[in-house]
Amino acid sequence: MPDIWFFIEVLVGGLLSGIMYSLVALGFVLIYKASSVFNFAQGAMVFFAVLTFVGVMELGLPFWAALPVAIGVMVLVGMATERFVLRPLVSQSEDTLLMATIGLSFVIEGVAQLAWGVDVRNLDLGIRDEPINWVMDKTGMLISQLDITAGIVASVMVASLALLFSRTKVGRGLRAVADDHTAALSIGIPLKHIWMLVWATAGVVALVAGMLWGARSGVQFALVWVALKALPVLIIGGFTSVPGVIVAGLLVGASEKVVEVYIGPKFGGGVEVWFPYVLAVLFLLVRPEGLFGEKIIRRV
Amino acid sequence: MNVAVKSAADRPAATGAGPILAVKNIEVIYDHVILVLRGVSLEVPQGGIVALLGGNGAGKSTTLKSISTLLASERGAVTKGSIEFRGERTDQLTPGDLVGMGMVQVMEGRHCFGHLTVEENLITGAYTRPIRGAELRDALDKVYAYFPRLKVRRSSLAGYTSGGEQQMTAIGRAMMAKPNMLLLDEPSMGLAPQIVAEIFEIVRDLNQKEGVSILLAEQNTNVALKYADYGYILESGRIMMDGPAKALADNKDVKEFYLGMSSEGRKSFRDIKSYRRRKRWV
Repeated sequence: MPDIWFFIEVLVGGLLSGIMYSLVALGFVLIYKASSVFNFAQGAMVFFAVLTFVGVMELGLPFWAALPVAIGVMVLVGMATERFVLRPLVSQSEDTLLMATIGLSFVIEGVAQLAWGVDVRNLDLGIRDEPINWVMDKTGMLISQLDITAGIVASVMVASLALLFSRTKVGRGLRAVADDHTAALSIGIPLKHIWMLVWATAGVVALVAGMLWGARSGVQFALVWVALKALPVLIIGGFTSVPGVIVAGLLVGASEKVVEVYIGPKFGGGVEVWFPYVLAVLFLLVRPEGLFGEKIIRRV
Repeated sequence: MNVAVKSAADRPAATGAGPILAVKNIEVIYDHVILVLRGVSLEVPQGGIVALLGGNGAGKSTTLKSISTLLASERGAVTKGSIEFRGERTDQLTPGDLVGMGMVQVMEGRHCFGHLTVEENLITGAYTRPIRGAELRDALDKVYAYFPRLKVRRSSLAGYTSGGEQQMTAIGRAMMAKPNMLLLDEPSMGLAPQIVAEIFEIVRDLNQKEGVSILLAEQNTNVALKYADYGYILESGRIMMDGPAKALADNKDVKEFYLGMSSEGRKSFRDIKSYRRRKRWV
């Protein structure tokens, strides 16, 4: 296989796994935009969502019935979070909200394991994590079907969310709420509905991300740590930008794979584990608001 | 205590129907322990401009937030008394309900949405109204007619505009809800006297041309009494005095305590401070 095909294979593999990071990061961005809080519980939500999905399927429901059930459950989680965690904390500082989400993550992790047990489960989406044959025949590249599917799903999701934010009344209301809860309340934007909607949407995004990750690495507690991979993506892309996390996800995915393959051996491998964080630190130094994050407005 | 005698004739003139807003003897407690308002009553007649005056911590903002029910999100609660807007009790209503009924509060410190453009700020003001397209355009043009400066700045992020422009954005945003009553909290705060005058002129215009009733909380007693018809003076959570704006502006105590004048004419700021330390109403 010529070198250039190998490079493209590495690059495409990286880009596609990057999309999966983006998908996880997207959940963070949604909630950060609406509640200006770093949702510590996002990883737990990913875990809980996909565990619910698998659990429901084990009860005998087919895929197409289990999906709406899992979505319904995540919407309920979103509503409950608004009612019992956020509503009592309206107008409190962002630190308070952050602490609340840390607490929430423990609750969700606990409930998930209480309800569905602690076993590692397999999730079969009917899409195999195997190379696509005709690509392999033509070019010799190994590109996974699952990666391609994840890429398409994530793209659709991202496009619809971007439209929601920029074009709709709800999207504008959501950005207003993100800027200033109390002011949004004062002009009659129903905070409750916006928060409920956002947390439910973040729950659904978590479900999709969890399904794709779970199909690859099994549905297990370690999914909680997928959220850690989203952190550099968020820093690079900007906490408030949907397109930002997409680009950053691709950047992180592609660069970590390329670096691992070409420079990794010089360091004895394992570069992809820490490379994204180094990249994130560099971004913090040079462009703290991220690639597309909202500028930090400071009037003097 | 030296409180001006109130007579029925001094009350704000009611035009036909009852007042648009009636606050009756409310007590407000924050966090279950901090007593902030102790028996505040006031009325805003249909189409009137009423000023709520007083120093820092007198309870002006709290009074406005009790009326708009924004108080609930700050852990405050009206524990006694009642508030009626257009004859309806507001204790079970949310700020959103009240915006729907036509009452909008413009909060102290402007509170524009910094990351939205000026125009987007205005559009969010119409969130409770089912308008779009041409109707929305008309509503925007109306705001721009009152605040031509906003039209020039419409595509700038509100966070980058000047203090005066932010105050205009905040008032314009409230207008987008098509209110019949505005609660303005310290519109003069941190602004140059010229801008303050500009904003108050527009507020008076709104009142006269659109028939919007206005309740205005101000520390700038001088300006507020110039534009208001009626005033209430609040100190330590109580109404200490009320009367027509002219009568208040001429009152000896008001002059001394709030306008920095005494019977011997204007005093230096330094003297006033020490004087106020010795002698106050409460």
